[in-house]
Amino acid sequence: MAELRKETSQEMGLHDEQLKGRTQKKFFSIDESENLTYFHSFDVDTSKTATIDALDMTPREINREIRELMEKGIGDITVDNPMSRHGVGVGILNRLNLTFSDSLGYFGCGLIDGPNVHIKGRVGWSCAENMMAGTVVIDKNAGSTFGAAIRGGDLVCKGSVGARTGIDQKGGTIIVGGKTGAFSGFMMQRGRMIVLGDAGMNLGDSMYDGTIYVGGEVEELGVDCVQADMTELDVRYLTEKLALYGMKTPRGVEKMQKHVSGKMLWNYANLEPNEKKLIL
Amino acid sequence: MCGIAGIIHKKAGKGVNIGQQMTSMLQALKHRGPDSTGYAMYGKGNGNQILRFKVAEAADLEGSYDIHATIKHRLEIVNSRLTELGVKVVKKESPTEYAHRYEVEFSGDMKKVADFVEDVEGVEILSIGNSLELVKDLGDASVVSNQYGLNDFNGTHGIGHTRMATESDVDIRSAHPYWAYPFSDVAVVHNGQLTNYWTNRRSLERSGHRFSSNCDSELIAVYLADRMSQGDDLETAMKGSIDYLDGVFTYLVATKDQLGMAKDVMAAKPMVVYEGEDMIALASEEVAIRTLFDHRIDTFDPYHGEVKVWQN
Repeated sequence: MAELRKETSQEMGLHDEQLKGRTQKKFFSIDESENLTYFHSFDVDTSKTATIDALDMTPREINREIRELMEKGIGDITVDNPMSRHGVGVGILNRLNLTFSDSLGYFGCGLIDGPNVHIKGRVGWSCAENMMAGTVVIDKNAGSTFGAAIRGGDLVCKGSVGARTGIDQKGGTIIVGGKTGAFSGFMMQRGRMIVLGDAGMNLGDSMYDGTIYVGGEVEELGVDCVQADMTELDVRYLTEKLALYGMKTPRGVEKMQKHVSGKMLWNYANLEPNEKKLIL
Repeated sequence: MCGIAGIIHKKAGKGVNIGQQMTSMLQALKHRGPDSTGYAMYGKGNGNQILRFKVAEAADLEGSYDIHATIKHRLEIVNSRLTELGVKVVKKESPTEYAHRYEVEFSGDMKKVADFVEDVEGVEILSIGNSLELVKDLGDASVVSNQYGLNDFNGTHGIGHTRMATESDVDIRSAHPYWAYPFSDVAVVHNGQLTNYWTNRRSLERSGHRFSSNCDSELIAVYLADRMSQGDDLETAMKGSIDYLDGVFTYLVATKDQLGMAKDVMAAKPMVVYEGEDMIALASEEVAIRTLFDHRIDTFDPYHGEVKVWQN
């Protein structure tokens, strides 16, 4: 491992790199307000409403308009005609009631921390990626990598979703009303995934932790994903969580299958090639 | 990463303006691939065979002082070879100096025609069929559709492609769609990378198939042609391709009355499907399909290893 250059390391774990004589990142300062507050988080009133007609707007214009409305304290925003555009509703870091009257494209509602979002349509790939808190409810289907790397909150799709749902999930809850595709829960690290329909092949492949509940059939379990016994706590949790979103599984939550990590971590116990050489 | 799109009308009657519909979808996918755009569209046909071919690359026009004479000379040889084989050309169109469309009367072996014409240096058959019109060139969908007059194309179905070149050059030869030589009216577009291209290509070449480019996507067209020549129907051939092809892919294939879609077992490449009563539309992203509607639509993602075929 390369030795850290002591002259560039700073207090509080922050350090800069000098590249071609130019400082790339500002030094930490206790006097800068952005180091003490949650940047771009607004105090909004959910009784104040506004509607945006996004028919002829670019994603950047839509996001900017949402931000400007939040700056004015408006806490209930409806976006009409999002037209399946990508990257809309992203980076919202405060409480907000946000409704999209139709479908979104890729990376919708990513990097959010707090808003309650209702999408009255479908979403493309990577919806709510890296979500920290809040709720996102989708009325129809969703594409692949649904809820990739989410840390918290509830992400709910009432229809079916594509492959690699909850890849790298680090917390929160993902709920799928229909089917989920291959490699769902791949490298899952924490949190819960609830699938009311069938799950595709390699479910929970290489998961470290977390829990995956499946109401339908599982095509095939992935490496290191094992079935576990349902407990009374699981049943109660599922019953109450699904009731929040008016969702049910036809066979009853008691008959759902529970999956967890086998903790063998097959893919991560192997030594790197150069380490193997050292041993040999 | 490339974008692909397709559309099929179940009740097309005298035809729908699929040229405009495909352009609208492909233009919305421009961000997925700005290098070239291609169309394989199916009209009603009038009984004649449609021969689409090019006698040079678009880039050749900038690379040589005598290219215009070369193009003229190549075209003369093509015409003479067609006459020699008894092919009667009833209509000639030249959307560009290097790309040509002939309507021909011929009831013989079109494979022989294709082989004889392609034997001329620099000449490539883009497609042969009764209803297939295969057009591909450099630039985005609006550029290509204007160049080739596709905005008023009436037909029943079509597939298209916007290419971001990764495995081969930015040229017409490597652009999609690929015609499934020697089958009339069969064309393929692909999004992804095939990792067993060379192994399978060598095997198919030993079986007598020809490849016109070094683009991995051509393997799909040639494989389907191979399977169908051995009696497989389109759906069976496509299902076989899921195991035969290694890598990540979603592809669309069209015949004179069918549109098919296949997705690899990892489901690594996107595809969104709208299935309406009269029309099915598919694209790498919903944003493309959405350009066809002024109202909400329901769509879904096909699953890993899934093959679907629609009939018009």
